[in-house]
Amino acid sequence: MSCRIKKSKSDVVFDIINYSLLTLVLIIVLYPLWFVVIASFSDPLSVLRGEVWLIPKGFSVDAYKEVFANKDIMVGYKNTCIYTILGTAVNLIMTIMAAYPLSRKDFYGRGTIMALFTFTMFFGGGLIPTYLVYDKIGLINNIWVMILPGAVGVYNLILMKSFFESSIPYELQEAAVIDGCNNLQILSKVIIPLSKPIIAVMVIFYGVAHWNEFFNALIYISDRKKIPLQLVLREILITQSKLGDMAGMDSSVAQKQLNAERIKYAVIIVSSLPVLCLYPFLQKYFMKGVMIGAIKG
Amino acid sequence: MDSQNVLLGRKQHTKRDKSAKSLKNNWDLYLLILPVLIYFIIFCYWPMYGVLIAFKDFNPVQGVMGSPWVGFKHFINFFKSPYFLQLLSNTLGISIYQLIVGFPAPIILALMMNEIGNKFFKKSAQTITYAPHFISTVVMVGMLTVFLAPDTGLINLIIKAFGGESIPFLIRPEWFKTIYVFSDIWQSTGWSSIIYMAALSNIDQEMYEAATVDGANKWAKLRYITLPCLIPTAIILLILNVGSLMGVGFEKVFLMQNDLNMEASDVISTYVYRRGIQGAQYSFSAAVGLFNSVVNSILLVTVNKICKKAGDTSLW
Repeated sequence: MSCRIKKSKSDVVFDIINYSLLTLVLIIVLYPLWFVVIASFSDPLSVLRGEVWLIPKGFSVDAYKEVFANKDIMVGYKNTCIYTILGTAVNLIMTIMAAYPLSRKDFYGRGTIMALFTFTMFFGGGLIPTYLVYDKIGLINNIWVMILPGAVGVYNLILMKSFFESSIPYELQEAAVIDGCNNLQILSKVIIPLSKPIIAVMVIFYGVAHWNEFFNALIYISDRKKIPLQLVLREILITQSKLGDMAGMDSSVAQKQLNAERIKYAVIIVSSLPVLCLYPFLQKYFMKGVMIGAIKG
Repeated sequence: MDSQNVLLGRKQHTKRDKSAKSLKNNWDLYLLILPVLIYFIIFCYWPMYGVLIAFKDFNPVQGVMGSPWVGFKHFINFFKSPYFLQLLSNTLGISIYQLIVGFPAPIILALMMNEIGNKFFKKSAQTITYAPHFISTVVMVGMLTVFLAPDTGLINLIIKAFGGESIPFLIRPEWFKTIYVFSDIWQSTGWSSIIYMAALSNIDQEMYEAATVDGANKWAKLRYITLPCLIPTAIILLILNVGSLMGVGFEKVFLMQNDLNMEASDVISTYVYRRGIQGAQYSFSAAVGLFNSVVNSILLVTVNKICKKAGDTSLW
């Protein structure tokens, strides 16, 4: 700006306090994550003794070797990949299929249908009736139970519909009609190519939800061959029922416990890395997504 | 072409005329949305119909319709059971604690990040604070288990380094709520601040310039311009939060639960899971679940009404 006024003394104090407080916050957020990283590369005994603080001590990648040699983890990893890819694809297709008609002002009944969808945000059948329905349609222990429930998130649907309404000029659709496009051609040739930002937001929202999905698996999947990564993680990190097999049979009990400790850190890294690496690239779209929601929501 | 006219809105139609036209010309749009409608009917509305079993003695052989009606028997049993007060106070205790401590946190964080002039620092701060949001609940509780482990966990190592006694946090009922709430703040504050950051970026910059000319310092601008501009957003989020007071998330509580902290950690959703899924008491658990969601809906509508009366911000 043209009139730059010299910072007053109180503003300088304000800035110093603000920068230091925020730095402190960042350290609090970051340190636990950093600690997991260094602990996973360290000698487990030093970690337990509290000798590891800033950098790995007794560097080794044995924990990772064990994680990748573990059959349960690898089966879970594979399943989760399948559920995430398939599930996100279904989510995207279904959300677009609903959002596009609802974004059209000449779509008769849009208000009623929208109300029907929105109502489910505030009221639902609850766990037991849902369980009975899934039982009836054969979703128990079926991999589709990891894909179909939540196929359309109402909040995401509203985001996408608002994007179609506010970010794509209606005149473009009119022009397409004049060029002889039917509705489906408008959707595939005009709308979708212009919707990359919102599709990126949807991919990360839905994708992360599938990657981290735990509840449906806990309730509906008991077949060991179908369980996703998060259930395996629960056994390793929290209920610790698999500790015995994890650390190999020939070592002493103490050694087993040590290895189990170290595996915990490595397994956290291995399971969270795909998401944590991917998200900074899509970060620029979040604000946009939230803003569309905030304006219309 | 008719479809042109409808889309372009060239002709004025009566309402019935319009619906007939829309059905005829946009049949492909109806076909497009049909699978989604079917999805909602099967996955959302069918279970809602199934809620009827809360008023019946359901058995799978007779089905929802065939099972005998019992009125409010299951509800009365639940209200009379010794668990009722404990579940209610745990559920509300956790969410009120979370609301009071957790609600202002993202607002404060957004204000702090907003005042940062250095673009790179601001961007990094955002990237770092959003990150924990992407960690799964299982990993989050796993990290708690590791960090709070007695004797060997990071927190206890720190306590011991300062000469304190090691505390077995995760099996102590009195620590449950605090651990739950503060780990949630660690995980979700950054992500929740996005919506406030979006609101902040919509504030008219001229107001700040005018205030600067009038000699206002940063603190005054924060107090008299920025904060008031955030209030509408904050109220909407407050309504949503109060509306879900009874909806303490199942996953994290369930994962943090163990036999020793049960008196503080048993909430309605975990109780429904134990009795319904593990104990197969379908009707009783459905009644407990229904009680929960009805209270939630009443809360939401009431708070919304209060906010509407008090100011002009509301959900609908």
